[in-house]
Amino acid sequence: MLGIAFFSLLLLLVIGVTLFLKALPIMKEKSLWVLLTSGNWKPFKGEFGFLPYILSTLYVSVIAIVIALPLALLTSIYLCTYASKSIRRIFEPIIDLLSGIPPVIYGVWGTLTIVPLIANKIAPHFVEFSSGYTVLAGGLVLAIMILPLLISILLEVFRSLPKEITDASLSLGATKWQTVKKVMLRKSSPGIIAATVLSVSRAFGETIAVLMVCGNIPLVPHSIFDACYPLPALIANNYGEMLSMPNYESALMLGAFLLFLIIVIFNGISRLTLNQIEKRYSL
Amino acid sequence: MINIKKQEEVFFKVLMIMSLIIIMSILFLIIGTIIYKGLPALNWDMLSKLPGGGFYLGKEGGVLNAIVGSIYLIIGSLAISLCLSVPLVLYINFYLPKKSIFASIIRFSFDILFGVPSIVYGAFGFALMIFLGIRASLLGGIIAVALLIMPIMMRSFDEVVRILPRDLPDALLSLGATKFEMIKVILRQVMPGLVTAILLAVGRGIGDAATVLFTAGYTDNIPTALSQPAATLPLSIFFQLGSPVEEVQNRAYASALILTVLILFLSLSARYFSSRYSKNKI
Repeated sequence: MLGIAFFSLLLLLVIGVTLFLKALPIMKEKSLWVLLTSGNWKPFKGEFGFLPYILSTLYVSVIAIVIALPLALLTSIYLCTYASKSIRRIFEPIIDLLSGIPPVIYGVWGTLTIVPLIANKIAPHFVEFSSGYTVLAGGLVLAIMILPLLISILLEVFRSLPKEITDASLSLGATKWQTVKKVMLRKSSPGIIAATVLSVSRAFGETIAVLMVCGNIPLVPHSIFDACYPLPALIANNYGEMLSMPNYESALMLGAFLLFLIIVIFNGISRLTLNQIEKRYSL
Repeated sequence: MINIKKQEEVFFKVLMIMSLIIIMSILFLIIGTIIYKGLPALNWDMLSKLPGGGFYLGKEGGVLNAIVGSIYLIIGSLAISLCLSVPLVLYINFYLPKKSIFASIIRFSFDILFGVPSIVYGAFGFALMIFLGIRASLLGGIIAVALLIMPIMMRSFDEVVRILPRDLPDALLSLGATKFEMIKVILRQVMPGLVTAILLAVGRGIGDAATVLFTAGYTDNIPTALSQPAATLPLSIFFQLGSPVEEVQNRAYASALILTVLILFLSLSARYFSSRYSKNKI
């Protein structure tokens, strides 16, 4: 059992080191700075610029969190303070089911509803033509995918607040919403930030669903109605055929390593914050 | 003044109820769309036949290869991750002191592993396979998916074991039971929790495409050995949807319906077991 315990501790390290070693050849050839800030992606000529992919990932995730955070906050505040027990009992399985639906189903649904919606209804108001496979589509699908995670963490954060402080505010004559605004939200702001960071890192790594709705064109997107090509989609799309070209595999592994590093850092910080909150109030 | 307060209260309450309704309708919209598109294309052949010649051009056949492949894959990876996570959870809860730093480091590292995206597990699995000299195969897929579902299983099983009242192990030990005997009793007590953890892990593992994309490969046959490639349902949906032929796309919707029904069944039974567990709580 001790062996398994050590093995599992090492796992994180082993994954990181393996990906790093695999990414090393390309980093020896070109400086990391050039790789990250160049927009040229021409594997045949040996040019690997990650900028379009990094920006695509960022844009898509930002849209997702901008849409998902207000929805999740409102929902979890309602479930925590206003909702009766029966509403909670109906709603919790719904969050469970949403979180259980596999990415590929979200992708299928996205191509069936979101993409045509954007192409036919939304985009014509702003741009002349859009295929629907856009940054916005990716962001919308991702928003829905991170909602269940966000809501369940926010619920935990709100529930860990001691009841005394909200009771004190209510007994001083504040309305429920004033209590929420001035006490709950302020008191749990570290938890809310941690939940947001955690969900953003989930959005960073989402692959198949995003790949199916983003259009996958390796250019820096200029508006939310342009196609984009997030990092995970790049790795997923090119894996089979990269072995024939020098450094291609290494470049993709660098992508995976970057993803891994950012997500581990984000996760680490937010989990530490959440653990601290839990510890502070459980005493 | 009071009026503004009141209006603000009502305004935000309406917003909250709206967001609740939005989220609920999204779920029904997703399931509804999949059923609406998938049901017409679903037939017995889809479930019971292998892809025939010209399947990807719209001719006869089904996705039995993917269904069986997914089941093989999940059984294998479940076995591996069970063997690793159950002893680990019992170890950090009963063999280590209550406020052990080692235990919290392990929990923390699994929290982080839980957040690592499936594509990274896929890439890591692939690198590992090159290192070991395995080609895309059932075995490769099993290893990658086992890595993916282990944190889920470990964390959700740990939650259940952790909230177990400490009196139970204490009572057992004071009656003269050895630690191993104690664990046997405790395992029986937390069984519903373990089942929930397994169902959650299976749900996640069976629906994930990015991990198996490079590790398990794809084939039209049912694998007969660990070294053969295996098809999986999510990938089969993905590939069929990419086809320009309309009938094949319809089949993708039908396969999506099969997967959705499977996942809904798993989530609902996980919920059933966990509610039964909370009823039996001492």
